[in-house]
Amino acid sequence: MKKYIIDFCVSSNEALGNNAILLKLKAPGQMPEMRPGQFVEVKVENEPNTFLRRPISINYVDRSKNEMWLLVQKVGNGTRKLGELKAGDTLNCVVPLGNGFDTSAVKGKKVLLVGGGVGVAPMLMLGATLKAEGTTPTFLLGARTKDMLLEQDLFEKNGQLYVTTEDGTAGEKGFVTNHSILEKENFDKIFVCGPTPMMKAVAKFAKSKNICCEVSLENKMACGLGACLCCVTETQEGHKCVCTDGPVFNINELAWQI
Amino acid sequence: MADLTTHIGNLTLKNPVMTASGTFGFGLEFADFVNLEEIGGIIVKGTTLHKREGNPYPRLAETPMGMINAVGLQNKGVDYFVEHTYPQLKDINTQIIVNVAGHSIEDYTACAERINALEKINAIELNISCPNVKEGGMSFGTSCPMVEKVVGAVRKVYDKTLIVKLTPNVTDIAEIAKAAEHAGADSVSLINTLMGMAIDAEKRKPLISTVTGGLSGACVKPVALRMVWQVAKAVKIPVVGLGGIMNATDAIEFMLAGASAIEIGTANFIDPAITVKVAKGIDEYLERHGFKSVKEIIGALEV
Ligand SMILES: Cc1cc2nc3c(=O)[nH]c(=O)nc-3n(C[C@H](O)[C@H](O)[C@H](O)COP(=O)(O)OP(=O)(O)OC[C@H]3O[C@@H](n4cnc5c(N)ncnc54)[C@H](O)[C@@H]3O)c2cc1C
Ligand SMILES: Cc1cc2nc3c(=O)[nH]c(=O)nc-3n(C[C@H](O)[C@H](O)[C@H](O)COP(=O)(O)O)c2cc1C
Ligand code: FES
Repeated sequence: MKKYIIDFCVSSNEALGNNAILLKLKAPGQMPEMRPGQFVEVKVENEPNTFLRRPISINYVDRSKNEMWLLVQKVGNGTRKLGELKAGDTLNCVVPLGNGFDTSAVKGKKVLLVGGGVGVAPMLMLGATLKAEGTTPTFLLGARTKDMLLEQDLFEKNGQLYVTTEDGTAGEKGFVTNHSILEKENFDKIFVCGPTPMMKAVAKFAKSKNICCEVSLENKMACGLGACLCCVTETQEGHKCVCTDGPVFNINELAWQI
Repeated sequence: MADLTTHIGNLTLKNPVMTASGTFGFGLEFADFVNLEEIGGIIVKGTTLHKREGNPYPRLAETPMGMINAVGLQNKGVDYFVEHTYPQLKDINTQIIVNVAGHSIEDYTACAERINALEKINAIELNISCPNVKEGGMSFGTSCPMVEKVVGAVRKVYDKTLIVKLTPNVTDIAEIAKAAEHAGADSVSLINTLMGMAIDAEKRKPLISTVTGGLSGACVKPVALRMVWQVAKAVKIPVVGLGGIMNATDAIEFMLAGASAIEIGTANFIDPAITVKVAKGIDEYLERHGFKSVKEIIGALEV
């Protein structure tokens, strides 16, 4: 897929939950082709402590408005600076990067999309794409507390939504892997994005039930293009770049001890 | 348009902008963003005789205006390069240069010999920052006798343009450059990364798996510039300058300090199209100052 360096124009920057933002970015020309699970590398301007670009998942693409959405959790200097963007500002992005989720063999199957924290970001585009292709997905989203559950209304529009919170303020109390839906339904494929311990727990569940499972990794990146080899993860075939061979991996490819 | 052609020994570059090894992959990774043929030279990822898995993750820490890496020369080995990568590169109309690394003199010479046989590759860049495993693990590039030994041995088996890439982690870089020149190098390039370190105070842990790693990016420029200046005065062979070049002005500063060509490294991560922008920027500078050729600014610093 051809990659571009694009100066997007910020249409809106909306605060979500207690520590996240939703950036809607208008493309100046034609919006490039992109797949769910791919990401962009954004350039954070006027932030002396942010030297490298920041990898952020593509949350959604609204082709009717020529907009790409990024859902960002403010964790450090770079992401906090993104929180200050205003309508009309520009945001330079390298796009689209990475492989994306493999949706080729899921038509008519029961698919579960699991997102933890800001890891819900790529699941919206994935869910919307699956729905448009005729496969209505089930979402299982987890967060520490109610205020950290993001974009619930949008997920509900695209499939069946279940949630967990660690403090029990919304949905079932506990981690996503404790949710009763996992025992009630038989899923054919699971897609996961979130903190590594969560992804490993879901991967372990999937493996025990022999369910095909893909996870999206968030390794530290410099180039995002497969050039610097900084972002590698251990796989069955040695080191692979998360930015180009991933960020999405089938759990059987990884060298995870699960 | 001014004449941007420059020379490194027998090697002609259409413009002085090259890419620093390890920061531009094999060039193909950037083909969506730049016309590779508008770059003066593409120096590809460090290649060793045998395949290397590199260091464990994490390999990267961001630092003020820079980054520390500990990739550890991950590459598929020279045979893979010759069979699979070279065929994809050989018809690109620019100079493709292979960065050769090793952990013993025999590794270097065996690797250089294989590359010597490749028709479309007119130069190698010898990365002598690697530890000499046989002789206690000290970097080849940190002592004059060791530099002479490794450069001399490669010179015997490599008959095209031999660029020797120097490590800045030495007491007197000019002496090291002279040793490389004496042993038959056609050119020296500098600097490789500066040894650095980054710590996560909250976790009381190093940020990269190897504890120490190589610092690069904007923050190293003043050190690199000083070293290029010192080396250019000390040797007669052409000098290739790099380290922290982020834009055309930085590149011009290196040329004024004595570099015949420059390399762009970490900046490629921040702007994947930076190489051609720097080439254009150099041209604009030459026009603005009434120079007809880029050669007029090499070492033109007035002190
Ligand atoms: C492929 C990919 C997709 C991503 N998608 C999103 C997304 O859609 N939304 C989003 O908010 N974030 C996403 N991230 C994570 C995001 O890139 C980091 O949160 C961001 O780089 C932090 O930058 P900063 O300058 O704010 O923080 P820094 O000052 O760099 O770091 C602040 C803290 O955040 C931690 N941190 C930094 N980078 C990461 C990382 N990659 N993973 C986990 N912790 C990190 C640091 O260890 C530190 O504790 C993604 C990462 C990758 C690799
Ligand atoms: C991720 C990374 C990988 C590198 N790999 C190599 C390498 O394989 N061989 C080499 O000679 N230099 C390597 N370098 C050093 C660069 O080529 C360059 O000398 C250094 O980064 C300084 O230039 P810069 O500040 O413009 O990046 C690497 C640098 C980085 C950041
Ligand atoms: S971030 Fe550079 S190779 Fe993945």
